[in-house]
Amino acid sequence: MEFNQSLDRRQFIKNLAISSAIIAAKTLIPGVLFARESDFKNLGDVDWNKTPCRFCGVGCGLLVAIKDGKAVAVKGDPQSPVNKGLCCVKGYHSIQSLYAKDRLTKAQIRKNGVMVDVPISQALDLVAKKMKDSIAKYGKDSVAMYGSGQWTIPDGYIASKFMKGALGTNNLEANARLCMASAVTGFISTFGLDEPMGCYEDIDYADVFILWGNNMAEMHPVLFSRILDRKNKNRKVKIIDLATRTTRTSYAADKSMLFEPQTDLAIANAICFEILHNDKIDQKFFKNHVALKKGKTNIGYGLEDDFQFKDKLETIDLDAVKTFLKDYTPEKVAKYSGLSVEDIRYLASLYYDPKLKVMSLWCMGVNQHTRGTWMNNLIYNIHLLVGKISTPGNSPFSLTGQPSACGTVREVGTLTHKLPYGVVMSKKAREKAAKIWQVPASQIPSKPTHHTVSMFRALDRGEIKFMWIQVTNPMVTMPKLQRYRDGAKKKDSFIVVSDIYPTPTTDIADVILPSALWFEREGMFGNSERRTQHFDKLVNPPGEAMSDGLQIMEVATRMGHGKLFPWTKENYIEKVWAEYSQFHENDKHRMAPYEVLKKNPGMRWPYVKGKETRWRFNAKYDPAAKGSSFDFYGKPDGKAWFIIRPYEQAPERPDEKYPFLLCTGRVIEHWHSGSMTMRIPALYQAVPAGYVEIHPIDAKELGVGNGSKVKITSRRGSLILKVLMDGRARPRKGDLFVPFFDESILINELTLDAFCPISKQPDYKKCAVRIEKV
Amino acid sequence: MPINSYLVYPRLGEKEALITHLNKISECETLEASNEDIVILVTDTTDELHEGILQENLKLIPEIQGMALVYAQEG
Repeated sequence: MEFNQSLDRRQFIKNLAISSAIIAAKTLIPGVLFARESDFKNLGDVDWNKTPCRFCGVGCGLLVAIKDGKAVAVKGDPQSPVNKGLCCVKGYHSIQSLYAKDRLTKAQIRKNGVMVDVPISQALDLVAKKMKDSIAKYGKDSVAMYGSGQWTIPDGYIASKFMKGALGTNNLEANARLCMASAVTGFISTFGLDEPMGCYEDIDYADVFILWGNNMAEMHPVLFSRILDRKNKNRKVKIIDLATRTTRTSYAADKSMLFEPQTDLAIANAICFEILHNDKIDQKFFKNHVALKKGKTNIGYGLEDDFQFKDKLETIDLDAVKTFLKDYTPEKVAKYSGLSVEDIRYLASLYYDPKLKVMSLWCMGVNQHTRGTWMNNLIYNIHLLVGKISTPGNSPFSLTGQPSACGTVREVGTLTHKLPYGVVMSKKAREKAAKIWQVPASQIPSKPTHHTVSMFRALDRGEIKFMWIQVTNPMVTMPKLQRYRDGAKKKDSFIVVSDIYPTPTTDIADVILPSALWFEREGMFGNSERRTQHFDKLVNPPGEAMSDGLQIMEVATRMGHGKLFPWTKENYIEKVWAEYSQFHENDKHRMAPYEVLKKNPGMRWPYVKGKETRWRFNAKYDPAAKGSSFDFYGKPDGKAWFIIRPYEQAPERPDEKYPFLLCTGRVIEHWHSGSMTMRIPALYQAVPAGYVEIHPIDAKELGVGNGSKVKITSRRGSLILKVLMDGRARPRKGDLFVPFFDESILINELTLDAFCPISKQPDYKKCAVRIEKV
Repeated sequence: MPINSYLVYPRLGEKEALITHLNKISECETLEASNEDIVILVTDTTDELHEGILQENLKLIPEIQGMALVYAQEG
């Protein structure tokens, strides 16, 4: 799509009309493509430059045209194996996110309660001084950094080295804790290693796609279009939408099954029961490659500030599994899950039919769940029972929400317990990091400090005095928001925010640092299928904006840690990549060299002897796998662990006072908290404000219709919103859905900060509310 | 000076003929989907009178299976 910066008003309106039509078409027909070479004929002679999209975790390849120092057009990269030339509406409009009028171009410091512009060097001086003062007065753990899955890989690496290697604190977290942590702990507990064993090519081989609480048509539209393409080419292909809300994904599916929120745990167990009951287990695979375990139960919800939990897994036998599953017969589960006995048996039959290759796909519905780790374990259990894993088309596939939740937060490890290789609790991992970073091993603390919710609670309690927030907007996205906003605004706390636009988070900042966005600097992202993608700097950042990594290096140097960052702003990406790659010099996680990434539209790790790895744990495809078949080398016994996990209820259930369940989420047009996409005219016009979805029967009983104002109240607060019925989705009767992109309607004022005790990821999908007509 | 956009669904096998037909009308611009049978139509007329005439003409185009208004502005 072409964006001329000097359009007359009439042409502008025409473009708006075209954009609106494109958005409408793309929501009706995922994957529909309008970009043509002829659309770009007015651009003249321009270079098209590759870059990954940064508006979800799929990692679509884009081609961006640069003219007179500005990005003027964008189209899907036909050479990208991820999207093969397709884009979604966010991708097509992505470059406009650089050019809104209120872009932050100067640093600001709060003086007498008012933010004033200052040279960025002065702001960086102040940040360094405040960090030093806080550490001197209150200790290392009084300072914290909070980043995101939108950090580039080098920026996340610099943050980790700065906080853990230079300062010696594990107070480093990222917003991926809010979206992917349960996927990580699911992978680690079942396989001993993080990230999917399969890849997007599984879509080209699978016969059945079972989506667990995953509205792919809106959240991963390009991948969903690949699924639809697979279905169009092969009529026997089936899509099953297993969800708590009827969405555009449901309409495109062969079968839509709506379940009672939280009972996905019971449904997964019932599928396992059916597989065993019908003797459809893959005996050979199961005997040779699977170990049986059980963990703790009644594990709580993390609602207390001093909450602590550590799981303990014990070995069990198959009889114990069978006994456990007796509570999950289809008849028993059908009584409370919302699914029929026939639905459950049908799902099981799809999984156990030896002629069918099955992909399970999931994202926030499974991960933002007070038993998120358990749900990940249970989906793996199903695949392990029938041996449908690590082969083309047979793939339990955890999708990612952010462009580098995998590459940065999970692989570099920008979380309190992680290092670029291993965890801080491991002496070997600390020694490895210390050696590469050239710091004493004793510098890296051996105990994790705060996960995200805990970190903001510590800020509220006054234990953390200084927090630096980069590339994320927690004053929109934290659950139970009021507490954490009040905590951040306390007089003796000092908050630094690096961002590209004003947000509710910059509103609480003492210092604002203007950041360079994506291809205004060089970097890499790592997507859902282990693909690392490099992008060049294509345009200059505005004003004094600079990359988040450079900001950290500048502050580190001012604090006396410059020798740990001996790079220039011209070469630091290449140098960081070379240093970071030392952490993964083994065939299980080897990264592609810098020059290979520069030339190609991404490479999937492990990258061994010049080749990327498509399916891990299978000796046919994975050079790290020993033997002739499967080798789950992440575990010491070489096996994947089948862990029994029960159904336990959500912490808040509807009751007389709060009779509805609130679910929050996203819409296709907007990226997370909306700070960029709400500034893109076509996307803003398409969905300009938040709203509440309600079932028509509930609306009738309440006496409201489309556009009516309603008040939603939880135990934590109230909000007034407009009703939207049957717009693009319909919740179950008794459920409500509110998207979170609109900073003027902060739905997280109402949500609960309960989390999965293993992953510490909050549940944004279930809290009790009431709704009243206003 | 109304400007409207529509999603236009051609009759089976008639997409190219539809585009040719629409492009002959001076108030019409089209954008074709390259992988689906759907066309975006943008109309730009001088006033309500001409807008009405155009809409009547569009109803007579035989290659149109159906069309949905997406965007409308007085201009």
